[in-house]
Amino acid sequence: MSGRLFSLPIALVFAAMVVPVHAATIEITMENLVISPAEISARVGDTITWINKDVFAHTATAKNGDFDVTLPPKKSATSVLKKAGTVEYYCRYHPNMKATLKVEP
Amino acid sequence: MFTRRSAAIAAAILLSSPALLQSASAADKPTDPQIAHIAYTAGVIDINAAKQAQKKAKSKDVKAFAEDMLRDHEAVNKQALALVKKLNVTPEDNDTSKALSKQASDKLAELDKLSGAAFDKAYVANEVAYHKQVNGALETQLIPSANNAELKSLLQTGLKIFQGHQQHAEHVVAELK
Ligand SMILES: [Cu+2]
Repeated sequence: MSGRLFSLPIALVFAAMVVPVHAATIEITMENLVISPAEISARVGDTITWINKDVFAHTATAKNGDFDVTLPPKKSATSVLKKAGTVEYYCRYHPNMKATLKVEP
Repeated sequence: MFTRRSAAIAAAILLSSPALLQSASAADKPTDPQIAHIAYTAGVIDINAAKQAQKKAKSKDVKAFAEDMLRDHEAVNKQALALVKKLNVTPEDNDTSKALSKQASDKLAELDKLSGAAFDKAYVANEVAYHKQVNGALETQLIPSANNAELKSLLQTGLKIFQGHQQHAEHVVAELK
């Protein structure tokens, strides 16, 4: 009986450890007022490196509020994906800059 | 070759605003030092307008818009200065720059007399008109006339960013109604 009670927490610990092992780093670039790739898939636990190659400040702002990253000119930043779902994001300063990030569980 | 080019310019002029018609037909094909001067002047004008708006604007959207103008136009002008230095070009004053500056100082004086919501409306309406005018000039006159590839590319980036500003200003105009 007691063995079965232990197995659930142990399984959870293993599940939590599995994610970082497969975690990848994905680069998303903003250059000449264009976000590329315009659409990309990632998984929960992956890191996004946002690279701003422009002389303008940009933001990567999720429409659903999941993230809001500010990128000064010629700077980069990272964020770790915590939630699954398809996120549409844009630049608050230049709303014509739009892209989609698909986060798989 | 010549007639085809003239026809294209004539068509472009017909499509653009009356203010541009005057400056585009008055000036012959501008040289690179003149183009650099016009582009830089156009940026300074919008920076000054944004600084005035930061002091006088009431609406949160208008204040945020002015901040965006300041940030982007300063970035473009910084880039323009770095480029003329690199190319060893001295920007050259010209009739188009002078006309733009005169028009802008008249506008600043006019807007200075307004306050509150009246100022907000007038500032943003002028931003729409001004970006339209500058974008028209970039598209039909400055970009096609630029000789240096780096200058041309900077103007193209400028056009892209100013088109975004125009849309943004149009959006704020609609919000203020
Ligand atoms: Cu941006």
